[in-house]
Amino acid sequence: MPEMIWHHTLQKIRDCGVQGFVYLAVLLVSAVFVWMLADLVRGGFAHLSWEFMTESPRDAGRAGGIASILVSTVLILLVALVTAVPLAWATAVLLTEFVPVTSPLGKTVRFSLFVLAGVPSIVFGLFGNAFFSIYLGLGFSILSGGLTLACMLLPILTSTAEAGLRAVPETYRLSAAALGITRTAALIHLIFPAAAPALAAGLLIGIGRALAETAALLFTSGYVDRMPGSLFDSGRALALHIFDLSMNVPGGDMPAYASALVLVSLLLCINILAMKLAYSLQRRKILT
Amino acid sequence: MNANQGAFTLGPLEAGPACCVPQPVVQVKNLSLQYDGKMALDNVTLDIYKGCITALIGPSGCGKTSFLSAINRLTDLIPGCGVSGQILVNNRDIHHASSQVQVLRRQIGMVFQKPTPFPLSIRRNIALPLNEHGITQKAEVAAVTEQVLRDVGLWDEVHDRLDVSALSLSGGQQQRLCIARALALKPEILLMDEPCSALDPIASGVVEDLISRLQGRYTIVIVTHNLAQARRIANYAAFFWVREHAGQLVEFGRCQHIFESPSHELTAAYVNGSRG
Repeated sequence: MPEMIWHHTLQKIRDCGVQGFVYLAVLLVSAVFVWMLADLVRGGFAHLSWEFMTESPRDAGRAGGIASILVSTVLILLVALVTAVPLAWATAVLLTEFVPVTSPLGKTVRFSLFVLAGVPSIVFGLFGNAFFSIYLGLGFSILSGGLTLACMLLPILTSTAEAGLRAVPETYRLSAAALGITRTAALIHLIFPAAAPALAAGLLIGIGRALAETAALLFTSGYVDRMPGSLFDSGRALALHIFDLSMNVPGGDMPAYASALVLVSLLLCINILAMKLAYSLQRRKILT
Repeated sequence: MNANQGAFTLGPLEAGPACCVPQPVVQVKNLSLQYDGKMALDNVTLDIYKGCITALIGPSGCGKTSFLSAINRLTDLIPGCGVSGQILVNNRDIHHASSQVQVLRRQIGMVFQKPTPFPLSIRRNIALPLNEHGITQKAEVAAVTEQVLRDVGLWDEVHDRLDVSALSLSGGQQQRLCIARALALKPEILLMDEPCSALDPIASGVVEDLISRLQGRYTIVIVTHNLAQARRIANYAAFFWVREHAGQLVEFGRCQHIFESPSHELTAAYVNGSRG
């Protein structure tokens, strides 16, 4: 039956084609990552030094280091987390523990977070500028930038926390209630500890987002590269420093490369940590 | 009677029911239960007697578990669950505004079908509910822990590893730990929802023996699909059946009566194994 054989040959060719395409796609995706990393290391590694990490930038960043930039970045991040984490986790607790999944309130909150997650960061930047910098009079400051970032982090922190809390078996809640343990005590002693890996993973993803953010900070925390004296000072975040060096400073390529290498290494570490945590969470779910 | 006649006298007659008359601890009156408007349990009236083991038997979906969760108001936690009728525990309405649900649940312990130890150490599993009910002194907590673990026959097996995770115990040990955890709060009543059905036969036997040992000290209501088990351990049995998608109580009586000379033909068919 030559037709049959022909048919099978065709199928085989199609199989190989699909397989080849899939492998090619993976190769391309990994190649982009490897290329980028290699380029950063090639361009920036030579410029990295202890002085680069501990000195403040001079001559618009062409000389000196990124110490003040790192301090501003950490301060902005801290303001964002201190504001966003309690709000996000409290919202997640409301969504999982206090209202049924299908309730109108829960649906509304979830929908608004969904919309918020899709808002481009430049819009957050404009909002932050209008509300925190101008309306609340915080000006270009680390505080404005941190608060704007907090708004951006709310959706991701809330949704990861909600997923984590929901993954805690319902039997813990029921058996705690059956023992006359109040809902608050059950939350503190059982549900939050059980959800801890998920909460931590969400937190790390949030930190990653915040570190990489540029547009939202442009109009809020500003780009003064001095060492900040207080939260009301303007401070330049690392991602913004890279943007400024490569776009506005002729001859700033080397420090830009080095700063980018620092930023990407930080993000890489954070993502690996988050993946590890998520993995341990999954394993725990299988075990229990 | 004259006091001079002798030193030996009978004491005064004690007021109250005679010892052979069963004393109801839980009185369920016209209890109906709905999930999202759908009737799950229809108009059940039943007394649970003090110190006795009452078995709830019947096919799946006939509302036995719902009945059990209504007694300690665990139904409060189920969204869309509506309860009507009256439940009196020691003559107090559990839905009355002055009844505190935490106090009620301390008085009425519950053991679930699947063992539900918390993901904490064995010690902490028992200490956490105690702490929450205001018992925080270390010596007292330790004493209660040892006492209840001895009561469930777990002490010899775990006394040298109280700080390991309770999840590392076997299924039968976990279930006994859950019973111990409930006993630590010194409840009067224990609700058990098929406590043996998720265990292997040997562990199931151990837990069953434990339950019969608890008889007399606690009032026990146990849901079971194992008719032989109900017959072995229960004093009273209540037979539930599904009519028009809603559970109903068909017959309640002494265990022997239900199994040997049931007055309802459905009960007879069910305990014989020809229906259900």
